[in-house]
Amino acid sequence: MSVRRAFALPVIAALFALCAAVFAQTGTYNPDTPADPATEQRLRNLAGELRCLVCQNQTIADSNADLAVDLRREVRKQILQGKRDAEIKDYLVARYGDFVLYKPPVQANTAALWFGPLVLLVIGAGIWVALVRKRAAKVAANTVSAEDEQKAKSLLQ
Amino acid sequence: MTEIAQRKGAGTLRLAIPLVVFALLVFFLWRGLWRDPREVPSALIDKPAPDFTLPVLGDATRKFSPAEYRGKVWLLNVWGSWCISCQVEHPSLLSLAKMNAVPIVGFDWKDKPEAAAKWLAQQGGDPYALSVTDLDGRVAIDYGVYGAPETFVIDRQGVIRMKHIGPLDEASIKDKLLPMIRKLSQ
Repeated sequence: MSVRRAFALPVIAALFALCAAVFAQTGTYNPDTPADPATEQRLRNLAGELRCLVCQNQTIADSNADLAVDLRREVRKQILQGKRDAEIKDYLVARYGDFVLYKPPVQANTAALWFGPLVLLVIGAGIWVALVRKRAAKVAANTVSAEDEQKAKSLLQ
Repeated sequence: MTEIAQRKGAGTLRLAIPLVVFALLVFFLWRGLWRDPREVPSALIDKPAPDFTLPVLGDATRKFSPAEYRGKVWLLNVWGSWCISCQVEHPSLLSLAKMNAVPIVGFDWKDKPEAAAKWLAQQGGDPYALSVTDLDGRVAIDYGVYGAPETFVIDRQGVIRMKHIGPLDEASIKDKLLPMIRKLSQ
């Protein structure tokens, strides 16, 4: 028993040392390998908002295109460097343009995109209100004279 | 004008509305036919070409950075031995190089240097003054590169003045590239 324990102790110590070495490695700033869970979560969130320009209708989180892999690596590197999300997005917009953002920003050249549907809705509502009012006015104007009503009654009997 | 005639006039006007909407729709769809959604305008036009220092293909001792070409109009052409469209583009680049209008710097993107050198040898000529190798694609991100081939026109001050996406051909060289080069060289 004691022999076995004497043997087990160095083994356990070695395992701990190995674990420590592995953790130390994930702790270093190597952008090629997954980092700590918090960083990876931020990377996933950010990558989900960035467009893969090769595959256009995919985010760089969903795509395995070479460029998407490169961009994920770049984003991870910048997170590890302590950059804020907005800074990382600005970095990519400066290079790839607004198109790299999956959700278009609200600005002058996207105004039609953001507010166009609302404008169309207002126009539609306006037309609808005008039509309803017109119809109501028509119904109100079509009052039947007492003579006609009498005539109708006699015909229906 | 009688009331009925007035009503009739309003009626034809109302009938014209769907026609106008349809015509607008056709106009935009028609225009859409001739536009390439893969062509994303570069955010770098009229911005300084990002700086880099990269090894030169085939010369282990030499490195290149854009500052070396300050004072010259030059082209940066992104290619790779894995890129099929670059093969299509290559003859046009060769004839452009023969004109001696501008130096063309090759940007070998995410490629193995051996494969790149072999590919260049197979294409029937090297149009490049030199080619730099971007093994990990790090510098390509700075240039907003998202596909090959892509060609940047850089002016004497080191500012990007034009970006052509996709393979260059006789027409795009004659109508787009050369006029811009002439304008910048004046």
